[in-house]
Amino acid sequence: MSEIIKIVIDGKEIEATKGQTILQAAVNNGIYIPTLCAFDGIKPKASCRLCTVKVNGRAMTACTTPATEGMEIENNTAGINEIRKAIIEAIFVEGNHFCPSCEKSGNCELQALGYRFMMMVPRFPYSFPQRPIDATNPKLLLDTNRCILCLRCVRGLKDENGKSLFAIKHRGVHAEIVMDHEVCANISDEMAQKAMNTCPVGVIIKKEKGFDEAIGTRKFDKQPIGHEIENKFNQGGN
Amino acid sequence: MSKKITIEPVTRVEGHGKVTIKFDDAGNVEQSRLHIVEFRGFERFVQGRPYWEAPVLVQRLCGICPVSHHLAAAKALDVIVGAGTGNGLTPTGEKMRRLMHYGQFFQSHVLHFFHLVSPDLLFGVDGDPAIRNVIGVAMKHKDLAVMGVMMRKFGQEIIAATAGKKIHGTGAIPGGINKHLSIAERDSFLLGADPLNIDKMIEWAQAALDFLKDYQKKNTDFIDNFSKYDSNYLSLVRKDGALDLYHGVLRAVDANGKKVLNDVDYQEYDKYISEEVRSWSYMKFPYIIDQGKEKGWYRVGPLARLNTADFIPTPLAQKEFEIYKAYTNGKPNNMCMHNHWARLIECLHAAEMIKVLLNDPDLLSGELVTKGTKTNRGVGLIEAPRGTLFHHYEINENDQITKANLIVSTTNNNEPMNRSVNNVAKSYMNGKDTITEGMMNAVEVAIRAYDPCLSCATHALGKMPLEVTLLDANDNLIDRKRS
Ligand code: SF4
Ligand code: FES
Ligand code: NI
Repeated sequence: MSEIIKIVIDGKEIEATKGQTILQAAVNNGIYIPTLCAFDGIKPKASCRLCTVKVNGRAMTACTTPATEGMEIENNTAGINEIRKAIIEAIFVEGNHFCPSCEKSGNCELQALGYRFMMMVPRFPYSFPQRPIDATNPKLLLDTNRCILCLRCVRGLKDENGKSLFAIKHRGVHAEIVMDHEVCANISDEMAQKAMNTCPVGVIIKKEKGFDEAIGTRKFDKQPIGHEIENKFNQGGN
Repeated sequence: MSKKITIEPVTRVEGHGKVTIKFDDAGNVEQSRLHIVEFRGFERFVQGRPYWEAPVLVQRLCGICPVSHHLAAAKALDVIVGAGTGNGLTPTGEKMRRLMHYGQFFQSHVLHFFHLVSPDLLFGVDGDPAIRNVIGVAMKHKDLAVMGVMMRKFGQEIIAATAGKKIHGTGAIPGGINKHLSIAERDSFLLGADPLNIDKMIEWAQAALDFLKDYQKKNTDFIDNFSKYDSNYLSLVRKDGALDLYHGVLRAVDANGKKVLNDVDYQEYDKYISEEVRSWSYMKFPYIIDQGKEKGWYRVGPLARLNTADFIPTPLAQKEFEIYKAYTNGKPNNMCMHNHWARLIECLHAAEMIKVLLNDPDLLSGELVTKGTKTNRGVGLIEAPRGTLFHHYEINENDQITKANLIVSTTNNNEPMNRSVNNVAKSYMNGKDTITEGMMNAVEVAIRAYDPCLSCATHALGKMPLEVTLLDANDNLIDRKRS
């Protein structure tokens, strides 16, 4: 049996299993820590730093830091939330995020985070980068204007031979996500939909789906992001 | 002394425009022009974008009439996704869109009448500018102001229930619509507490119309003779000649009512309509090719629609249509201010149509979308509150838009508005020593009769003001009015 340890998040003692990350322990206990690059089934790599928490006073990424006995963690505090808000704003200005005409609106995690953290006007200047659209695949469209380089697609989307559907080209500020056209050539509808769902924003688009979900029925129309985690805890009756 | 006047910004129209009136040495109006500061950015902006974004993207070119753009774009894309034109959609798809459209019509016509026009009627064209505005109306005629606000709200709620939001919704998608109407929504519109139910709205639409008819009787000279001139008139009509604001064939009649465009398929609009560029204006001048540049210009909007249509397919509006037509002995109506009369008849028709649709079970269930064989070109026309609106898109094999051409209602009325300005400037200002604020407002009243959406015509982002300037023969500034 796995060993049970105790950690404290924002003054509340919770149980974790040894080997779990802080993020996993928090989620299991109905505590929301915001994330972008961490995604179900993908080993976290801490590229967005949105899950930053303070562990015994030091800033760490919750998605990669293992929980250890007696850890004191600050999560939902004004200071940390301000850092997260700044990160969200920085991500917004780095790309071209025009929510009003984006079909991912309402299902977009970045937009939902903007709302949750009450982003008004970003404190940084917009950079309006020039980025390409790749529409040549019959089922998928790639609009890299909205890419936040979380790498969820590169790391989480593979075909049956284990080949990645997407790859990263160049490094640093020139980094860009590209589609592997050979791998994607005969992609199924289900895979195309999965690819769209994997992308937290509106880069990977399943073609001709468009705005088929009415306003009011989209993922974040009624509940802010993170609510599913917080709700799970409430319904758990702990 | 010769002089030139510029009226800028023209108040109580939507958008930004500038009127310049130039006088000769005898103090007569030599030339007047309505300039629109135009920005055709959107047609370029959509290039390269996936086609299904267009209905949501292009509606942003106007904060005033987004629903019309949303629907015109969706209609063009219906053709591209192989759903055919107009009645190619499922009953639910077409009827939900119609409901959205009539909701928009209703609230737009109401807004125009109560907020923008009633001040001129209640206080006079040369009334005190300090009270000649919607606030003045609210203070002196509270009941009227309340009606205006509540009617507008009702129309906006219809839009929200069909498009998902009051402005800039997403309801119409290529080949159909993305939602049904819920029973709760339907019941709130049918049975809501007074005044927010459809029966009250029909009653109030009738009351507003009665108010205007009464005003016309008491001010016949002004309403009938203020800027009247012959022209061609263009709009969509249903195949059987009925007024249809959502879909139909393209018809134009001349000043005598003779058909100069005989119910043609608008997919080929560019065979019949062309746009002339003139050096002094950014806004183009559309004309009917057969008639030539000189004679081929036409008017669109309420006045035009009631000149082209043979009848209105709802009973109350049809009754009013008969009275209205009898006034000109069945001949096309050329009186500019009768736009207001026609607009309120349409407002009544829109309310009646909303009621018919609300009682239709197709809104509550049924297939939302239909698609067929894809094509690379689609044209969507719709009768927007301000007149015929053209959207034309072409796509490449990767589903990206390669070409967009929009002719907005206000652009269709470009030449007519210029004529009206000229008429009024001449009749009010010729040979006058001093040009009063009232005279300048008269010019604006003529423009307002068309309910121009300059925001839209200029494809500018958001709302902008408008200005009138007077210049002498040597282009020296005499006066300027801006608000
Ligand atoms: S395409 Fe989407 S999933 Fe891939 S890196 Fe960019 S934002 Fe992340
Ligand atoms: S979620 Fe932990 S760094 Fe991105
Ligand atoms: Ni407009």
